[in-house]
Amino acid sequence: MLSINMTVNGQAVSGEVEERTLLVQFLREQLRLTGTHIGCDTSQCGACVVQVDGNSVKSCTMLAAQADGCEVTTIEGLASNGELHPMQQAFKDNHGLQCGFCTPGMVMSAIDIVKRNGSVVDEATVRKELEGNICRCTGYHNIVKAVQAGAKGMGG
Amino acid sequence: MYNFSYQKAASVDEAVAAMQAAEDGKFVAGGQTMLPTMKHRLASPSDVIDLGGIADLAGIAVDGDTVTIGAMTTHAAVAASAEVGETIPALAALAGNIGDPAVRNRGTLGGSIANNDPAADYPAALIGLGATVKTNRREIAAEDFFTGMFETALAEDELITAVSFPKPEVAAYMKFDNPASRYAIVGVFVAKTGAGIRIGVTGATTCAHRGKRLEQALGGELNAAAIDGVDLPVDKMNADMHASAEYRAHLVKVMTKRAIEACAA
Repeated sequence: MLSINMTVNGQAVSGEVEERTLLVQFLREQLRLTGTHIGCDTSQCGACVVQVDGNSVKSCTMLAAQADGCEVTTIEGLASNGELHPMQQAFKDNHGLQCGFCTPGMVMSAIDIVKRNGSVVDEATVRKELEGNICRCTGYHNIVKAVQAGAKGMGG
Repeated sequence: MYNFSYQKAASVDEAVAAMQAAEDGKFVAGGQTMLPTMKHRLASPSDVIDLGGIADLAGIAVDGDTVTIGAMTTHAAVAASAEVGETIPALAALAGNIGDPAVRNRGTLGGSIANNDPAADYPAALIGLGATVKTNRREIAAEDFFTGMFETALAEDELITAVSFPKPEVAAYMKFDNPASRYAIVGVFVAKTGAGIRIGVTGATTCAHRGKRLEQALGGELNAAAIDGVDLPVDKMNADMHASAEYRAHLVKVMTKRAIEACAA
């Protein structure tokens, strides 16, 4: 067993984990932050994307031990004072979801897209940059619209 | 995934010592291949030695016409590097097309080449550019480094520290990627250097190799039409559910021509 410490959504947390514990398991099973989903468990689908030290990563493909000492942001950490993050609001406004299972990962990846490309991002770029996130409902059209709207929202 | 002992090394020496003490140890860099492999129980090391805490292993330095990239530098960092983009833009572009953005934020140069997946992108660039792999013990020319499918010249307790890439006059990488995994079904890296044209081919055979038949056909000129007459050995090509050997042989020529055209453009 290992003792690990990290900051999750602004709060210091610690835990005892098996060496093989994945970051997503630590978040979901120990911290009960179940907004981060496990879709494929093979690094393909992106439902488990969170931010570690500001970069989007697949939390099913990172050991909890590797995140020791890091700052982690999950979907639960985006809203503040009861107000949705602009990207969450854009997904709501544009109906950027069908079943909603992939949505947390889509939103986390979308914020990373804005970080790297700015608040004006064209459709082709959004589609290319979302290639690590799979929507099993194939609802990409509104997801892309939502990302573009959210990017504008984040840009002020 | 079976459990293992975990250790985060603070230095190269500490990592190597931990490996020597381990029964069946593995270094983990970004873990983007290794962790899925362990989850599938295709690997079950007794000890996992994490290189993520060794700050010296990450970073990019340009010295004259040589770009040196630390083994733990992520694909995202290489793709975003203004220095790499200016010196060897084809290398930055290659790094920016590995996997997907989240994978690029964790996956590393050293991890990719140590794993030596037959369809990985970086090996083609190392061979095409005539790069040098630096380890804790020695320097290895790229052509001598990649020895077979998932096999390299590295000893069990040898650690890659960096890779040095000489700046070419011009270079381009073209890959025909698997639409699900983004691995190369075939990828070809063409570089025109002071010593002539070098071609690195990945995805086609058991491991990345130098395209000597293609180089000879060019005779030092970036002339795509010269590739048409090249006869490639189909029996050496990989065949799987994604592409037959004949199709891969065809793709090698098509990707080579596209890379040559991109160099000339």
